Amino acid sequence: MKKIIVAFLLSVITAPALAAGGGMHNLDVDIDLNNKASLQRGAKLFTNYCLSCHSAKAMRYNRMAEDLGMSEKQVLENLIFTADYSKKPHGEPTKIGSLMDVAMRTSDTKQWFGTKIPDLSVVSRARGADWLYTYLMTFYIDESRPYGVNNQRFPNVGMPHVMWELQGLKKAVYKTVKGHDGKEKKVIEKLEMVKPGKLTEAEYADAMRDLVAFMVYMGEPAQQTRKTVGLWVILFLMIFGVLSYALKKEFWKDIH
Amino acid sequence: MDKLTALLGWIDDRFPLTKMWKEHLSEYYAPKNFNFWYFFGSLALLVFVIQIVTGIVLTMYYKPDAELAFFSVEFIMRDVNWGWFIRYMHSTGASAFFLVVYLHMFRGMMYGSYKKPRELLWIFGVLIYVALMAEAFFGYLLPWGQMSFWGAQVIVNLFAAVPFGIGEPLSEWIRGDFVISDATLNRFFAFHVIALPFVLAALVVVHIIALHEVGSNNPDGIEIKKNKGPDGIPLDGIPFHPYYTVKDIVGVVVFLIFFFAVVFFAPEMGGYFIEPPNFEQADPLKTPEHIAPVWYFTPFYAMLRAVPPLLGSQFPGVIVMGAAIIVLFFLPWIDRSPVKSIRYRGLCFKLALAVFVVSFVALGYLGVLPSTPGRTLAAQIFTFLYFAYFVALWFIPKFEKTKPVPERVTD
Repeated sequence: MKKIIVAFLLSVITAPALAAGGGMHNLDVDIDLNNKASLQRGAKLFTNYCLSCHSAKAMRYNRMAEDLGMSEKQVLENLIFTADYSKKPHGEPTKIGSLMDVAMRTSDTKQWFGTKIPDLSVVSRARGADWLYTYLMTFYIDESRPYGVNNQRFPNVGMPHVMWELQGLKKAVYKTVKGHDGKEKKVIEKLEMVKPGKLTEAEYADAMRDLVAFMVYMGEPAQQTRKTVGLWVILFLMIFGVLSYALKKEFWKDIH
Repeated sequence: MDKLTALLGWIDDRFPLTKMWKEHLSEYYAPKNFNFWYFFGSLALLVFVIQIVTGIVLTMYYKPDAELAFFSVEFIMRDVNWGWFIRYMHSTGASAFFLVVYLHMFRGMMYGSYKKPRELLWIFGVLIYVALMAEAFFGYLLPWGQMSFWGAQVIVNLFAAVPFGIGEPLSEWIRGDFVISDATLNRFFAFHVIALPFVLAALVVVHIIALHEVGSNNPDGIEIKKNKGPDGIPLDGIPFHPYYTVKDIVGVVVFLIFFFAVVFFAPEMGGYFIEPPNFEQADPLKTPEHIAPVWYFTPFYAMLRAVPPLLGSQFPGVIVMGAAIIVLFFLPWIDRSPVKSIRYRGLCFKLALAVFVVSFVALGYLGVLPSTPGRTLAAQIFTFLYFAYFVALWFIPKFEKTKPVPERVTD
């Protein structure tokens, strides 16, 4: 009876972490939002590789410049690659105060990739840093997919491996395991480099850490401000709390 | 000073300002033995004011339009000066509101504050709770994230479960469309910023008028009006102002320390106050793997899922969920014990209340998780225990050995 109760309780309280994640654990990424150099490198990767297809239309270039310690000139010359085609007849260069929009049309992208390309402004808050990092690290060759690659974190994702020339290409090494149902199935054991890229594996991992750090920053640009202000607010309230307690004591002296 | 007194006299001749001040503050006599649990009434009022004020500011920038809503929230978070602060106060305030209201209600159940002569006071309170749930539900759609959309979808579909061919047209009428859409967003916005705040404000006023008519209960469950001094003032009563105003300030500050700790350091509160999927824009074609309402609704959500469907209809679950709230209205008449406070009631009552609280919390926990057969069984047991409390409350006084209630309040 005891065993049954324990088994029952366990079945109630254990969260189905594996069921929701497709059997894959996230890799850990150690980002530092106070490291401006890391964030700037991330911004460079983001505007060069991601922003050509994905928009980040909640974010402004000048806000990014200010928060990451870059001059507006630096951003205009090095990080803006789009034009604003809503301005007729031939479009206008994107301004520093513009939102980080994408030049592609949604209707086109739907045709090319089979799905609406998601905006990345707050993707770090929906998915989490570890998920994004794992996703960026686990592309592998899969000829059955339209772009020749698949992803371990996000199986059958519509996105090609945009940074293949940096990372190189990896292939999946499979192993056979027994599933919960007792049937044998093939799962990916590890990814093996078959065609090295411009960066070493360690350099690529660092680059992806920077990119994820930038995306976490972009998800909530005010997050560092919020923590600084918060400390002062709590400190003020604590002092005020002591005073208000003394006031209460004084007033209540004659109540017995 | 003379001029000020004259001005006050001028006003008093035309509006009962001094009279109201006296009736509700300086000569409203509250029992002197309020404890920790008595902070939550004034805190609920504080959170209500926070929600109204931050809500007004948010309304200035928010766009109730399915195309624009999601990014207008991000606009507030980035481009509006201190917009993130206002928005986090509002999102944290929603959870804080339920937290203090749940504690306030628990206080009432513990000390029998719903009993004669406070039945109407309790009923107005339950009405506030119901209005608050509606307010929170309508508000949750506005950020137009995935959980906003699918949460609203699930709840509106509950109405579709009503049988006799009423359900479908009813749910369409609520949505204003066949699915949750721009039309739904616009009407929910209207309910959230105009209709329900009015209802809530009116109910809060009525709740306080009723309270000040009958007087506050206290941890001993004694009517302090029974023992009055020669001046007609209750011997155990002290003027609300200044005694409880200065005391409540302490409560407010302590509450705000916790409140702002969340606002500044953990506004998502680990995904319980702001759910991660809500950072994805609503997509009618993409159902999330696991739809969980916000934590304050999960006890009722767990009950809904615990009840097996009848002939393919979720209606029995809807009935049970509704009954769990409706039953609260009858609490003053279900509990027939002449003793109010838990301090002088028997062991049975204490145990029953403990089981009730554990069941409610457990249901809340189960409602957050995806259901499995084991969890469904657990939810069924706790749903049964939730209702069993009210049945027990009816019978306990028949055999309960209560302790003698003192004449005057104790410390």
